[in-house]
Amino acid sequence: MKRKLIGALVGAAVMSMAASSVYAQKGAVKLSGDMVKIGVLTDMSGVYSDLGGQGSVTAAQMAIDDFKAQAKPSWKIDLVYADHQNKADVGSNKAREWYDTQGVDMMTDVLNSAVALAVSKVTAEKKRVLIDAGAATTRLTNEDCTPYTVHYVYDTYALANGGGKAVVKQGGDSWFFLTADYAFGHSLEKDTADVVKANGGKVLGAVRHPLNASDFSSFLLQAQASKAKIVGLANAGGDTINSIKAANEFGLTKTQKLVGLLTQITDIHALGLPTTQGMMFTEGFYWNLNAETREWSRRYFGKMKKMPSMLQAGVYSAVLTYLKAVQTAGTDDADAVMKQLKSMTINDMFAKNGKIREDGRMVHDMFLVEVKKQAESKEPWDYYHVRAVIPGSEAFQPLSLSRCPLVKK
Amino acid sequence: MSEIFGVPIQAFMGQLMLGLVNGSFYAMLSLGLAVIFGMLNIINFAHGALYMMGAMFAWMGLNYFGIGYWWSLLLAPLAVGAAGIVIERSMLQWLYKLDHLYGLLLTFGLALILEGIFRDQYGVSGQPYSIPEEFVGAYNLGFMFLPKYRAWVILASLAVCFATWFFIEKTPLGAYLRAATENPRLTQAFGINVPLMVMLTYGFGVALAGFAGVLAAPAMQVSPLMGSNLIIVVFAVVVIGGMGSILGSIVTGLGLGVIEGMTKVFWPEASATVVFVIMAIVLLVRPAGLFGREK
Repeated sequence: MKRKLIGALVGAAVMSMAASSVYAQKGAVKLSGDMVKIGVLTDMSGVYSDLGGQGSVTAAQMAIDDFKAQAKPSWKIDLVYADHQNKADVGSNKAREWYDTQGVDMMTDVLNSAVALAVSKVTAEKKRVLIDAGAATTRLTNEDCTPYTVHYVYDTYALANGGGKAVVKQGGDSWFFLTADYAFGHSLEKDTADVVKANGGKVLGAVRHPLNASDFSSFLLQAQASKAKIVGLANAGGDTINSIKAANEFGLTKTQKLVGLLTQITDIHALGLPTTQGMMFTEGFYWNLNAETREWSRRYFGKMKKMPSMLQAGVYSAVLTYLKAVQTAGTDDADAVMKQLKSMTINDMFAKNGKIREDGRMVHDMFLVEVKKQAESKEPWDYYHVRAVIPGSEAFQPLSLSRCPLVKK
Repeated sequence: MSEIFGVPIQAFMGQLMLGLVNGSFYAMLSLGLAVIFGMLNIINFAHGALYMMGAMFAWMGLNYFGIGYWWSLLLAPLAVGAAGIVIERSMLQWLYKLDHLYGLLLTFGLALILEGIFRDQYGVSGQPYSIPEEFVGAYNLGFMFLPKYRAWVILASLAVCFATWFFIEKTPLGAYLRAATENPRLTQAFGINVPLMVMLTYGFGVALAGFAGVLAAPAMQVSPLMGSNLIIVVFAVVVIGGMGSILGSIVTGLGLGVIEGMTKVFWPEASATVVFVIMAIVLLVRPAGLFGREK
């Protein structure tokens, strides 16, 4: 018994020594400042790997290469990446490992809202920087905001606001929702329904389908029976793809209009234009927008053989912006870098006059797009008509409504 | 208009029809599993991946070689069957005498590898495969708008299921097959080449999965994960029907498709779970499954 106690005490002592040496190491890196390490944590193999995945890693590497070429920094920049498998515990463990033992200064991508919330907590605890380019939840900049998290590309509010408002204005005033039955789907449905009602439309009903349902015909028949003018798809990835495919087969698109609430260019590419033509939704980035986006996207295409999603373009911009902030601040200390980030204006191929607010929301223009008909598409990946540019100030939740404690009112 | 539990009878009939379509896929896949388990005693976890391969082959045939839907319906199952025979000869045949668990682990590993290869090549969003021209459009059945393609799926799968049942239960070759399952050594003593039969059975079982994959290609997105989304439900169907029971797997496949379809109307959130609730109840009441016999 006594021996066991001694053993435990020795063990505890060894552990605390190990812990203190980790802190010493971290201090050394921060002081020396000759190395900035960036971690891309994403879904490398699961349902969202086409949206982020290897494409995000490539985009981050492009940002590092471009920064090196432009700014010629005296310090080293390193990139690591990992697969979080869409599991919050895997994500937060990886973040801990990276921050504690690998000296990672900044993490990005981090798609999947559940993973993002977990990683954001670890980041605040370890006082590093998270620039999230992939998650959708508005909680990152509301209840769960931290001084160290930036939400960069989009959120459910912006998607709902952009799609919902514009569609109601064009006469789509009665809605039925097809909703993925988990937190993300529910919040997307609720946010959109609020926008629809606020703009004078009405919501006729909703059907909740299980995540990764293989067959949507039954749910679509219910949507068809509702006689709503608009069927809103509050789901993502494979679920969105299969809903759209079945909607075409059952002739739903002849009488009703589909509005994807989180549809991205990879989904359109996977389905093809004949199936998706006429769909409307909100995007944060479109490769074929102007000369600057085309130039960058073609370079990206050269490496990945596909055009970037808004997440991947966002990762590029996030890494570039972060490196510029480190350069200007003259340190990789998280507090100093965050102060710099929140005071600068972001101008690159992704964002024009982008601003990071005190709640961590990066505010930039969003785009309401409509999918082209096959005949209108001039080249591969030429998929969208940009129907409206939604200014950042209108696209995102106003600061006055923020539930983030960091916002001084 | 008359109603059933607050749902208009027309909508109810429509959902019944759709349930039958999904049930056709369950029936075809669980039939393949049942045949393989019955003859080889292997729990073939690679079935979902092979179903995905069937759909992928159809897509590849169309896009790389210009092979149309009808030829794919013949060629893709043959290719999947051939792949199955290679798997059986090179790996599975060494496992028959061991515990079921070894076969399960091997095929599960194979499923992960196959899905990984296709995911690496084609990404997870999948590829579009359009409905063959003959089937574009729909029938107006009065109570619903049934796409022609879905009607064809029901017919084709029922025909294949019936043919398989007839072959195994009513022909002399089927009788040999059943004998080989019951007592392989004795059957071999009568001069029947049992290892060859076993090999062909596995090839046939997975070819059924490939056939289901081609049928599914125009109706669902052809993606590397399409099999793994389906296979767990199909296993539940096999357990409910009774492991190894041919007729059981066909009837339960169709029946569960319909029950699942009904659940999607009355309680959509539970539609992913209902099959497993039924499985639990069946296991409590009849551990060998509805159509199975205790050994």
